[in-house]
Amino acid sequence: MDRVDPEAVDHVADLARIDIDDDEREAFAAQFAEVLEQFETLEEVPEVDADPDLVNVLRADEVREGLSQAEALANASESEEGRFRGPKVS
Amino acid sequence: MAAGINAFVTRERIEGGTGPLSGTTVAVKDNISTEGVRTTCGSEMLEEYVPPYDATVVERLLEAGATIPGKTNMDEFGMGTTTETSHFGPTRNPVDTDRVPGGSSGGSAAAVAAGEVDAALGSDTGGSIRCPAAFCGVVGVKPTYGLVSRYGLVAYANSLEQIGPIASDVGTAAELLDVVAGPDPRDATTRFGAGERPDDVSDGPDGHPAETTTYADAADGDVDGLTVGVPTELVEGAVEGVVENFETALDDLRARGAEVEAVSLPSVEYAVAAYYVIAMSEASSNLARFDGVRYGHSADAGADAGDWNEAFARTREEGFGPEVKRRVLLGTYALSAGYHDKYYEQAQNARAWVKRDFDETFETVDVVASPTMPVLPFETGEGLDDPVKMYLADANTTPVNLADLPAISVPAGRAEGLPVGVQFVGPAFGERRVIRAGSALA
Repeated sequence: MDRVDPEAVDHVADLARIDIDDDEREAFAAQFAEVLEQFETLEEVPEVDADPDLVNVLRADEVREGLSQAEALANASESEEGRFRGPKVS
Repeated sequence: MAAGINAFVTRERIEGGTGPLSGTTVAVKDNISTEGVRTTCGSEMLEEYVPPYDATVVERLLEAGATIPGKTNMDEFGMGTTTETSHFGPTRNPVDTDRVPGGSSGGSAAAVAAGEVDAALGSDTGGSIRCPAAFCGVVGVKPTYGLVSRYGLVAYANSLEQIGPIASDVGTAAELLDVVAGPDPRDATTRFGAGERPDDVSDGPDGHPAETTTYADAADGDVDGLTVGVPTELVEGAVEGVVENFETALDDLRARGAEVEAVSLPSVEYAVAAYYVIAMSEASSNLARFDGVRYGHSADAGADAGDWNEAFARTREEGFGPEVKRRVLLGTYALSAGYHDKYYEQAQNARAWVKRDFDETFETVDVVASPTMPVLPFETGEGLDDPVKMYLADANTTPVNLADLPAISVPAGRAEGLPVGVQFVGPAFGERRVIRAGSALA
C-alpha cells in the first residue's frame, strides 16, 4: 500500500474537526500508509492477560476552592455576561 | 551562544521561597503550567495562554526555594524527537549547533548542557526526557508512572507520561526528584496502596513510596554486587559508535564490581508500534479540548463563520502544526469504527506483554541497561519529512513508558564528537537502583 485512500484521510480529519488542505491530504495519504504498515506488525502480538493493580481512589465530596469566574474566563477569546461565547450551533 | 540555541520560549523569572533549592535555577518545560506565565506547549494554539494556576511540581519547586528562569522550548505538545516541531523555532544542540538536541524536552536539556541553568524539568511520554538528555550529554530521569504528580501538565498521552528532572550530574537530578516526587490529591494516579515494591522502598501513610523514600543519597556510585541485564534486542539495532561507548560503560561497571549478563525481551520489537498507537489514540482524545472557546487560538469569526463544527475545524487547522495534525488524525483513525480491535486492542496486548517481560527480567537482574538512543543526534532538518524514521529512533525508550517503569539516561562519552547516553531501567518504584547505577558513570 503506497498510500491510503485520500477520502479516508478526509473522513478522519472530519471526525477530528481539523480542516486540511489538498497538499496536506496528499502528504498524509502517503505517510499514513507507511505508519499503518508499522502498526500492522501488532497483528503478531499474542493475547496477553493484563493484571493491573487497580484500586479505587475516593475522597470526601467537600466544597473546595476553585477558579473564580474572572480567572476561568481570562483566556477565552470571547465572553459575554460571565459566560464563554462560542460559535453558533447551527 | 546560549541565546543562539533557542532553548527558551519565555524568559520570565519566578522566584521561590527559602529551602533546599535556594540559589538554584530550574527551567521548566513549557507544557507545565505556571500561574501568570504563559504556557504554550510549543504551539500556536496556546501562544497566548496564561494558566490561572501552578502545576503541583511548580508549587513544589518554588516551596523548595528554586528560581524558575523561564519556560523551555519543546516539540509541539511533546510530539517529536528533535524539538524542531515547535511553533517557536527549533532548539539547537549546544554540543554541535548543526545537530538537534533531541526531543521533546529539547529546550530543557539544551539549557542544562549550555550551563544556562542548574537543572530543568521535562516530561517523558515515550523518551522525551531521556532522548534529549542523551543527545545533549546530560542526565535525565523518567520516574515510575505515579511517582510525580501530573496535575498542571498539559496532557498528550496521559497513561504514559511523567514529569522528571534533567541535570548535568546524577546527584543534582536526584535532588530535584526528591523535591517533585510525592502524592497529590489532585492526581489520583499518585495514590496506590497496592503493588509490590523493591526491597528498599515502602509506601508512606498516604500510600506513596516517595513519602518514605529519598533519592539523592542513592547517588553514591556503589554498584558492587549489582546485576545488570543487557537485552540484546536493544543493542543490536544501534549504530557502531553508540555500541562501542555502551560496551565501554559496561566495562566500567564491571570494574566497579557489577555483574553484567545478557537477557532477552522479545516483546520490545513491538514497543514502538504499540507506543504510537496508544499515544496517538490518547492524543486524539486529549487534544479535542482545544476548540478556541475557553482558551487558545480561535479562528476569526466573520460573517462566513459557519456552524460550530466548521469553526472548530478551522481553529484547529490554524492552531496545530503538521506533526500534531498527523498524530491526532492517525489516533482518530486507530480508534475509528472497524479499526479499534486491530490497532488499539493489539497495542494494549503488546503493552501488557512488555510489562510482563520486564517483570520476569527483574526476577533475575537488578537493572536493565541499553543505549538510550540507537543513533547519534540527527542533523537539523534530517527527519522532518520522514515520520517513520523519527518514530523508530524511540525503540529503546518507549518500552519503559509502556511498562510504567523508572529509567535514567546518563552520559557515556562521545562518538564522532557527539554525546552518547546509557539508559538504566529499574522495577516499578526502583528509582534508587537506577540512580545508583547511573551515578557510577556520571
